[in-house]
Amino acid sequence: MSDSAIFFLIQILNGIQEGLLLFLVASGLTLVFGIMGVINLAHGSFYMLGAYLAFALAQLTGNFFIAILLAVPLAIVFGLLLEALLFRPLYARDHLYQVLLTYGLILALEEVRSLVFGDDVHGVAVPRFLDFSIHLKGALSYPAYRLFMSVMCLAIAGGLWLMIQKTRLGMAIRAGSANREMVQSLGIDIAWVYRAVFALGVALAAFAGMIAAPVASVFPGMGNQILIISFVVVVIGGIGSIKGAFLGSLLIGLADTFGQVFAPELAGMTVYVLMAAVLLWRPAGLFGRNAAR
Amino acid sequence: MKPRASIEPVLLALALIALIVFPLLGAKFYLQLFAKIMIMAVFAMSLDLLVGYAGLVSFGHAAFYGIGAYMLWWLSPQYAAANFWLTLPAAMAAAALAALAIGLLVLRSSGVYFIMVTLAFAQMFFYFATGSKFFGGSDGVYVYVKPAAFLFDLDGAAHFYYLALAAMAGTYLLLRLLIGTLYGRALLGIKSNETRMRSLGYSTFGYKLAAFALAGSLAGLAGYLDAAQYGFVNPDLFGWRLSGLALMMVILGGMGTLYGPIIGAFVLVLLQDALSDATKHWLLPLGIFIILAVLFLPRGLSGLARRAEGPHG
Repeated sequence: MSDSAIFFLIQILNGIQEGLLLFLVASGLTLVFGIMGVINLAHGSFYMLGAYLAFALAQLTGNFFIAILLAVPLAIVFGLLLEALLFRPLYARDHLYQVLLTYGLILALEEVRSLVFGDDVHGVAVPRFLDFSIHLKGALSYPAYRLFMSVMCLAIAGGLWLMIQKTRLGMAIRAGSANREMVQSLGIDIAWVYRAVFALGVALAAFAGMIAAPVASVFPGMGNQILIISFVVVVIGGIGSIKGAFLGSLLIGLADTFGQVFAPELAGMTVYVLMAAVLLWRPAGLFGRNAAR
Repeated sequence: MKPRASIEPVLLALALIALIVFPLLGAKFYLQLFAKIMIMAVFAMSLDLLVGYAGLVSFGHAAFYGIGAYMLWWLSPQYAAANFWLTLPAAMAAAALAALAIGLLVLRSSGVYFIMVTLAFAQMFFYFATGSKFFGGSDGVYVYVKPAAFLFDLDGAAHFYYLALAAMAGTYLLLRLLIGTLYGRALLGIKSNETRMRSLGYSTFGYKLAAFALAGSLAGLAGYLDAAQYGFVNPDLFGWRLSGLALMMVILGGMGTLYGPIIGAFVLVLLQDALSDATKHWLLPLGIFIILAVLFLPRGLSGLARRAEGPHG
């Protein structure tokens, strides 16, 4: 292969890796919308929480993987507390109030982060046995940790698919995203499904923040950045559709990566142009059933 | 509702008189603060037209605020004053045009989609301004000389205060009159049941698009005044934080009332001012305040007043 073909391959790998990471955040967002009917602006804060937990616990324990094993349950407990205290009263209310409450929550969480960790950018070390690059050709190589990230994300996406297709909870989730009232009237404990979906969303977003920490580092505002891109993914894929979130994430990841390579000055805009195009073509998203939800 | 309808103009007239005489007693600092509040009130009222009357919850209204602000910078000669009477309409027209173009796209969606799509488009402007060398990147740009208006002097705190007051009163009157027209009634009809309006033969898309463009141009007016007041324009003016703050003013004050967003602007800007004096981490108490307000004040401050008035409200 020529150098430029390998360069191209590296960009594709980068785009897929970015997309897969995005999928972990966007899938939770789209599930929470689709099943609970809640728009959660603070979803990005769970990503941030995960990254900062990984940073703090990795320093404390000295081991990145132990840090993750401890941080995931912590993030879930935090998410369940928020669900019980703040989100439950919102289920029956207009989207407007959900937007506002979660907007207030972002402001508060961002300041708590600033109080606890300060406003500096922190790095998290890549685990030692993954801290090498795979040599491709000439000066071109690909970091092993990024490959590891992609594999982890793919494994989780596969697990999510199995869970949704094969388990009782997955059945309730599929039914709930099709018709919430019907699920309730069939005697499925919807409050339990809500809690499980919310916890799942938190765990996915926080985990994404954790494994991204060694590559993207840990910095103020990181949650909002990924939140808005996740919105774009959900709009492109269609609300409530995991399949749509997966495809949308990969599209956005690739578009963003190639945008940065070929039009650096306009790189921030590529994903929005893509979104505008999808909106023109299919206002409900690629796999959306109904734009008026 | 009936007895309130007669009180409202009286209260508003009293408030207007109080604001007119205020500069006679206020210190310069308060004139600037109040001018800022009234600019935010224009912005919040323009959003109320969308949220409270057309039922369009936009989370990206700052896009048009930012356009108004950047237009003033773009149209200003570097070391001379721009002509107020030319640049203001140009800034408002630019914001309206942008709103028209974006409205054509975003109004194809509704509900939760609409919230996300408007937010995403505003972020697009944010990233464009951040990445663009011409627009000064993330550092922003400066308007060194305030626009000249010939009749009055924008450099004087009192003059600028009255300009902001005129903008606020004018916006209120314009929107109040508009809501009384058939067009305004149709908007309310669309808010309560769009399908019904469509089956009655209304082209609801056109109605919503017109409201979106008008709200955009008024947001542009507010952004223009912001840039004229502080002489500093940066990408944060496009940001989700400003959009969210405006939404909070509308909800806290009481949406669909027009005077509610004015109250919301006063409460939130004064609160912000007091908190940021007290602590560097003022966003924490502000965030907690917003969360508590949503949980415990479901109908805003004006809803609180209505409840206090008695069960007929």
